[in-house]
Amino acid sequence: MHPAPSVIIFTTLSGLGFGLLFWLGLGLLAPAGWVALAFFAVAYLLAVGGLMASAFHLGHPERALKAFTQWRSSWLSREAWLSVAALSIMAIYGAGLVFWGVAWTPLGWLGAGSCLGAVGATSMIYTQMRTIPRWRTWLTPALFIALSLGGGALLAGQITFAVILLPVAAVVQIAWWVRGDRALARSGTDLETATGLGHIGTPRAFEPPHTGTNYLTREFIHVVGRRHAQKLRAIAFVLGYLLPILLLGLPLPLPHVAAALAVLSHITGILASRWLFFAEAEHVVGLYYGKRVA
Amino acid sequence: MTNLPTSTQRKLGLVIDLDTCVGCHACVISCKGWNTENYGAPLSDQQPYGADPSGTFLNRVHSYEVQPDRGAAQLVHFPKSCLHCEDAPCVTVCPTGASYKRVEDGIVLVNESDCIGCGLCAWACPYGAREMDAAEGVMKKCTLCVDRIYNQNLPEEDREPACVRTCPAGARHFGDFGDPDSHVSQLTAARGGFDLMPEQGTKPVNKYLPPRPRDSLDQTDVLAPFLEPVAQETKGFVAWLDRALGAL
Ligand code: SF4
Ligand code: SF4
Ligand code: SF4
Repeated sequence: MHPAPSVIIFTTLSGLGFGLLFWLGLGLLAPAGWVALAFFAVAYLLAVGGLMASAFHLGHPERALKAFTQWRSSWLSREAWLSVAALSIMAIYGAGLVFWGVAWTPLGWLGAGSCLGAVGATSMIYTQMRTIPRWRTWLTPALFIALSLGGGALLAGQITFAVILLPVAAVVQIAWWVRGDRALARSGTDLETATGLGHIGTPRAFEPPHTGTNYLTREFIHVVGRRHAQKLRAIAFVLGYLLPILLLGLPLPLPHVAAALAVLSHITGILASRWLFFAEAEHVVGLYYGKRVA
Repeated sequence: MTNLPTSTQRKLGLVIDLDTCVGCHACVISCKGWNTENYGAPLSDQQPYGADPSGTFLNRVHSYEVQPDRGAAQLVHFPKSCLHCEDAPCVTVCPTGASYKRVEDGIVLVNESDCIGCGLCAWACPYGAREMDAAEGVMKKCTLCVDRIYNQNLPEEDREPACVRTCPAGARHFGDFGDPDSHVSQLTAARGGFDLMPEQGTKPVNKYLPPRPRDSLDQTDVLAPFLEPVAQETKGFVAWLDRALGAL
């Protein structure tokens, strides 16, 4: 799949923003006044900024409201509803903390639940695609939610939770990568089923329909070399998981600086891993064009 | 509405005969010609005469080489347009309701004034049957020429899809698969019509007919033995040249 910057930024930042809102809503930390305002400002910048970035992906962003209509069948529509619900509920809860210094606990929990729901719905948009075997696994929502919770805990200063959840996310990430490398081969879809010509012999793409590119080849066929993929995975793993865990877990001087570095490193690493999430994902339409990862 | 109808009154679709398709791409051109000036937004081209031409098409023809265990390889031309699936995953993912499957005849269409151009339906289609138009920012797909097949202003013989009407080899057939007596149903039954990627669970309406087995002669040309080189050993000057060049 084409790794569109808008979607990479959207999934990474809004995942983090909703993760931070989750911890705020849970009520383990109840900042008041200016501190609360700062926490909520960061969370909203991330979550809303991410959602705005995703709008750049649309051909007609001015019709975006129509995306709320099909919640019965479409995960994208459900994501729209859950995001708005989470942002609205948490805005009211946040106002309580900022202006009156009160935590309306049930409201916070409801908001926290909606935040998880929004992240889950985002992940289901990808998970539901039978056409992209690498994504079609329960590990995908597990990864998105673990990352959102772990990254959110990191931002919320919930160090204890962060050093538990980030390693969990790291394990899910590795499992997701390992499974993903065999997913297309295991899915049972290959050029023989795509053309139905397997009963005659071994089919091979001989000539594409056009000599140039088209929407399908640009959007769905993106071949990353294995060597680059392994390097990027290593970078994503070290920056996204390992370094933040070490920075938080080790008794370092200047804990605030260490925490800030951990956040930066985590975001960079997760951006790299999200780039791979799209770039490495093979859509079965690539078979018709004779394109597989080298 | 992006819920799929539980059943449709008719199941209109195409039979594509891989045995007779000669790969002339006439259906590609007639499809583009009809659909760029009728239903919905035109099918735009980007840099059609430039270095990197690209454009929107609703029907494309691939070519595959099939190598059997024994004997010569076979070339198969492979037209592909929307298969108007019964369990169309492109419809259920649509967040706006722009993508829908018609109850009356099973045609899968996009309401372009509702489409936000999110592209999700193209992600969900395993066959590459949907293309986002780069100029309009909306999703385009085969309409089964819905504006021809019911069009009372056209002469009777033109009330079929443009690609079917134009195919010089008669490799495309249009009809109702819901009716077991229709000629498309009969053709599918007689020739062993099959689904593309059945494991994807889309239940395509369009069917493909397999290429018939080819003759397998041991040699491809009866004149071939007479074309063997006459002189196997070289003599004289040519032999000297042969040795001299070989020694280099
Ligand atoms: S071929 Fe693709 S676009 Fe057409 S109905 Fe099936 S899934 Fe949808
Ligand atoms: S691109 Fe248009 S038709 Fe396709 S899913 Fe998005 S809104 Fe629906
Ligand atoms: S039925 Fe019409 S829209 Fe569909 S491929 Fe044929 S000519 Fe194109």
